[in-house]
Amino acid sequence: MFNRLFRLSSYSAATLVLVILAAIFGVLYYYARDAIHDFGFWHFITTSTWEVGEDDEGGVFGGLIPILGTLFSTGIAMLFAVPIAMGIAVFLTEISPEKLKAPVGIAIELLAAIPSIIYGMWGLFYFGPILQKLFGGQSNSLLTAGLVLGIMVIPFMAAISRDAINTTPSVLKESAYAMGATRFEVVKDVIFPYAKRGIIGSMILSLGRALGETMAVAFVIGGVFRFPHSLTQPTISIPVLLANNFAEAGDLELSAMFYMALILFGISFITITIAKFFFLKDQK
Amino acid sequence: MNATQRRRLLLNRLILILSTAAAVIGLAFLFWILTTLLIKGIDSIHWRIFTHDLVEKGLRNLIVGQMVLAGVASLIGVPLGLLAGIYLREYGVNSAFARFIRNLSDVMMSAPSIVIGVFIYGILVAPVGGFNGWAGSVALAIMMIPIVVSTTDSMLSLVPQELREAGIALGASKAQVILSIVLKAAKIGLVTGILLAFARVVGETAPLLFTSANNDYFTLNMDQQFPSLTVSIYQLATFPDKPSQNLAWAGSVILTALVLLINLTTRYIFRKRKIK
Repeated sequence: MFNRLFRLSSYSAATLVLVILAAIFGVLYYYARDAIHDFGFWHFITTSTWEVGEDDEGGVFGGLIPILGTLFSTGIAMLFAVPIAMGIAVFLTEISPEKLKAPVGIAIELLAAIPSIIYGMWGLFYFGPILQKLFGGQSNSLLTAGLVLGIMVIPFMAAISRDAINTTPSVLKESAYAMGATRFEVVKDVIFPYAKRGIIGSMILSLGRALGETMAVAFVIGGVFRFPHSLTQPTISIPVLLANNFAEAGDLELSAMFYMALILFGISFITITIAKFFFLKDQK
Repeated sequence: MNATQRRRLLLNRLILILSTAAAVIGLAFLFWILTTLLIKGIDSIHWRIFTHDLVEKGLRNLIVGQMVLAGVASLIGVPLGLLAGIYLREYGVNSAFARFIRNLSDVMMSAPSIVIGVFIYGILVAPVGGFNGWAGSVALAIMMIPIVVSTTDSMLSLVPQELREAGIALGASKAQVILSIVLKAAKIGLVTGILLAFARVVGETAPLLFTSANNDYFTLNMDQQFPSLTVSIYQLATFPDKPSQNLAWAGSVILTALVLLINLTTRYIFRKRKIK
């Protein structure tokens, strides 16, 4: 009797994962349906106006600017983070003296655990003003947001890539060295091909993190509904729009916010699914 | 040495230098952030912030509130995550359903935290008519579940099959085998996973912004808006006055110290086990 009950409850808990994911899509869609009905899909994602109508009723809402803000900031973050994270991963596995490997590795893992709000605050008070001095424009800008986001995902990406690189059998590396290959050639022709899936998987997982990140960006992107004509101008991203304006939104605007959340969830769901099914498949 | 060899060696040296430089740059940024925190921490932490609430420029109610939110989230999320993980490893194993749930759980682990906040607003704030502590805790619990599922799943897979067979040979039921043999064998790994999941959600801000929101006063009543350290840091840091900003830094340092402490503890526990 207890045996059956236990099996049933653990089965229910496992099913709950599916139920929650379905419920997230369902609830977001339910609240977004007014906005979906009024603005459609293509029209919504290609409109750059976000204006509440008179007396706080109705209005015109389009997601173009936050969608672009999200994609651009994530793009900058990845351009910045990928080479550095790869450098750290290669350094930790192939270059670093044995004594340094453990402490640097642990430091990287600890940094991946620091709450993202800390990165955001550091960007607001220290990094942003320095970027402004170097590149002009404003201290809270698309560039600052992208770079802070990049710095935030570096430890995460580096740690997973390092683990992927570490799975390369040393026999393979040693045979390449025995043939007279240089260290770079071993990394390029033996390690990267072998650990390719894990490394690309780590990049896509980091991409997913960057896309949905709120707090590291909220402090430094400026949060204004404007198309940035240069990298050093402020703009807004989907998570920041939600974080700043959700609580005060009126009826139709709130519905448009849920629509934005649904689109963000869709984008991140697709990204992660791709990472899981194409690149990280054989890891478990 | 011919030209090709020279080129290969040169390229090799160049790439190794670039790679080391990348590592140094990356670590320098991260070191910069930690030093900033440390300096700001020494600057802004006084005993009085632990004994006063936000209304009196202290952090007491916020620290307690954040711990309560994450604690209640653990009470909801940990049992569910453990049960689901047990199902995946002990009953489902490699069935299509188990593999499907395992993948979904990994996808859920990467869901944007703000979206989870929006979702909880839809089911626990809008219908009730106001922000409340329960909504915040449930949002954090949803973030915890996939983390606990994943660690439980992999920790149970480390338990040798012979232990289960020995239990069955003694006539124990499957539930008895799981509860009194498998879970005991995997105990340390499971505790580590739970601690890490707690550390992960205790520093979250986005899922709390419009679920439990914030409260300037001390309260333990989860039916009301609930004090949150992270939400307060977000608000205080954007105020123009220095005292508010310093309070935000103090909060950040305390939060980081807590998260790093939990991480180091789990590392210590885990290593101790390996030595045995």
